[in-house]
Amino acid sequence: MSKVIKLKKGLDIKLVGAAEKTVVEMPVKGLFAVCPTDYEGCTPKILVKAGDVVKAGSPLFFDKNRPEVMFCSPVSGVVNAINRGEKRKVLSVVVEADGKQESETFATDLAALSREELIKTLLDSGLWSLFLQRPYGVIPSSAVAPRAIFISAFDSAPLAADMAFVLEGEKDNLQKGIEVLSKLTDGKVYVGLKSGVKSVCEDLQGAEKFYFDGPHPAGNVGVQIHHIAPVSAGEVVWTVNVQDLAIIGRLFRTGALDMTRTIAVTGSQIEKPKYVKCVAGAGINAVVAAAGGLKAQKEGESVRLIDGNVLTGTKRSADDYCSVKCNQITAIPEGDKYEFLGWAMPRLNKFSASHSYFSWLCPKKEYDLDTNLNGGVRAYVVTGLYEKLLPMDIYPMYLLKAILAQDFDKMIGLGIYEVVEEDLALCEFADPSKTEIQTILRDGINLMIKEM
Amino acid sequence: MKALRNFVDKIKPAFSKGGKFSALGSTFEGFETFLFVPNTVTKKGSHIRDCVDLKRVMIVVVLALLPAAIFGMYNVGLQHFRAFGDLAAADSIWQCFWFGFWKVLPIIVVSYVTGLAIEFAMAQIRGEEINEGFLVSGMLIPLVMPVDIPLWIVALGTAFAVVIGKEAFGGTGMNVFNPAILARAFIFFAYTSQISGDQVWVEGLVKGGALDTFSGATPLTQLADGLAPAALQSTPMDWFIGTIPGSIGETSFVAIMIGAALLLVTGVASWRTMLSVFAGGYLMGLLFNLIGANDYMLLPAHHHLLLGGFAFGAVFMATDPVTSAQTNCGKIIYGLMIGALAVLIRVINPGYPEGMMLAILFMNGVAPLIDHYVVEANIRRRNNRVKLVK
Repeated sequence: MSKVIKLKKGLDIKLVGAAEKTVVEMPVKGLFAVCPTDYEGCTPKILVKAGDVVKAGSPLFFDKNRPEVMFCSPVSGVVNAINRGEKRKVLSVVVEADGKQESETFATDLAALSREELIKTLLDSGLWSLFLQRPYGVIPSSAVAPRAIFISAFDSAPLAADMAFVLEGEKDNLQKGIEVLSKLTDGKVYVGLKSGVKSVCEDLQGAEKFYFDGPHPAGNVGVQIHHIAPVSAGEVVWTVNVQDLAIIGRLFRTGALDMTRTIAVTGSQIEKPKYVKCVAGAGINAVVAAAGGLKAQKEGESVRLIDGNVLTGTKRSADDYCSVKCNQITAIPEGDKYEFLGWAMPRLNKFSASHSYFSWLCPKKEYDLDTNLNGGVRAYVVTGLYEKLLPMDIYPMYLLKAILAQDFDKMIGLGIYEVVEEDLALCEFADPSKTEIQTILRDGINLMIKEM
Repeated sequence: MKALRNFVDKIKPAFSKGGKFSALGSTFEGFETFLFVPNTVTKKGSHIRDCVDLKRVMIVVVLALLPAAIFGMYNVGLQHFRAFGDLAAADSIWQCFWFGFWKVLPIIVVSYVTGLAIEFAMAQIRGEEINEGFLVSGMLIPLVMPVDIPLWIVALGTAFAVVIGKEAFGGTGMNVFNPAILARAFIFFAYTSQISGDQVWVEGLVKGGALDTFSGATPLTQLADGLAPAALQSTPMDWFIGTIPGSIGETSFVAIMIGAALLLVTGVASWRTMLSVFAGGYLMGLLFNLIGANDYMLLPAHHHLLLGGFAFGAVFMATDPVTSAQTNCGKIIYGLMIGALAVLIRVINPGYPEGMMLAILFMNGVAPLIDHYVVEANIRRRNNRVKLVK
């Protein structure tokens, strides 16, 4: 009953610094944090103050727009600080772990729970915030049942964690997670698998499985939805990251909230890239150090730390914290250097989707790319390029222009319900006009949320 | 390079806002980014970016134009020496090239200086960075001119194309019509005698003194005048190599194809557009062969592709991503129509010996309409899905 969907469009960007398949376990101590800014559209109302004692699963804040959605502490310990930025915007709620990992108790007997009670457990335990809904890529409303729930069991982004490796031994948790999801939707639960790769997710019962074959973004759940059963106007589907599914399953199997996850620490600037097993919300510094730390930097050089992959991740400083949903940390060199006549040079060490450089002749080579913009911002000139990088029946440039023109009918018609930032990230990478495609798309989606 | 960088850094403040030469800020910035790729890093979105930028894209097109330009210079000399009976010089490749080089270079310089001056000024007024688009237009314009064109007309045509054709619409990326074709069309309608007829295509012919047996008419002019294909002075092999009178860069099919190969391998030009222009022209030629009402209609279809500006237009002008259709499906329709229209104008309308320029201009105008229907079809597919679900 499983089908293979072959995707031709897209692009694999091969980078130096893939994580070696060893896992370092990080002890639960030090500071952990939940950052409201990691959640699109969340306006936090803080429920704790410094010095409060919390358990894993104790609410730290909720979203003022939707008071039922709680964001909870991943660890037990004492609230250390509530960090604020400009205009007193809450940046992070920091908890110092006591190492005991005591959990709040929730109603977790899945067989005995009604759908409403199940939703309440998810909302109260903070696990609801792990779901995303399409359209819009925001935390779903608990009032609307999704048409279906989609999970991508692999990540095709540059240097991404090997999910088949990460999920070894999580099969029971994943199976329980699927049972939870089945109760949340009247429709089906779909799992997208990588064709030709063994994974525990292949054995999951109660979910319909599809295999995908092709370059990035084949692992993006949005691309998979598009090919399995696309989101149309008026419909809502949910997605959940496969590691988060294991965390959800864990709560209902053990009754205790255990936000342990495995993070791939990757990139050319990591001394020995490998996997780190830690509790969600750990400090970036601590996770990177657990993997062996950063390479020594020469004078005048600096490193960019990214929560996530190089295409869609968030820039972090070493003192920041991993987002709760973090699967990967990437460290690459900053590219704040001038390059003499760079645009006219052969640039053998740089990667390009275009054939005007030579990287297409050596498809196996791994590149050490930096953060230089490699040019100046221009109007859209090149055509046909964006379509090659998006394996969906969507015209990206027309969608972007509809957004810039704030033409709602066109935005809907051209498929804004089907995409989130990550789906267009490759277009942004390859854009010779250096426009901020992901930002434009998010602005468009936020406009839709506001106006529709 | 360090010394140059230090020098640039030293003089930079004078050109920045509030500096002594801030009125030249955009110009300075243009030259600085030409010399050094800026040290700007990504702020939002994708942290790494492709090393391709518009400078690279444009320079590839300029490189692709070089074979046609170099052959054009050679051909200018060749035609001149042939016309004036200097057969020894006509046999020397270097003599022909040098003669042509010194005739063509001023046209190229005038085109670039006029166009870039306007672009620099407009960028300063708008407070934007200088756009690279004119790097290509500045090379295209000389190559579609006859060698005897007065330089002031080149300057005027270029200025018209840049100001009215491009800047009035908002600059590179916003223009509806291809600036180089617009320059040619402007000159064609404003100064017809300087860009058409039997004299202008060969250097010196207007002044007189050439051999009586030499005709400076292009094959297309002769065909339009009713000459039977068999009675032409030149052979299809001459058309293929390009040793015939004509616009500077348009005559050599083979030189243009070298450029086309570069554009296609690098992916800078769309193979869909290019191929479908040739296909459209060929099919229209075949259709005329079938009708066969006069000598011109009987010209073998593939000969149309070798003659005049057809190949040049198909490879370098129709593929301009800004003014062509932008959807893949639209590009095929757009290309087929250009090819068909160009041959149609040639054969049916003797007033215009060459139809390529008008065909591309017309289709530039129609391209957004083609795209509109392609995009509407996409929207309809999506809307139909909603109806199916309900």
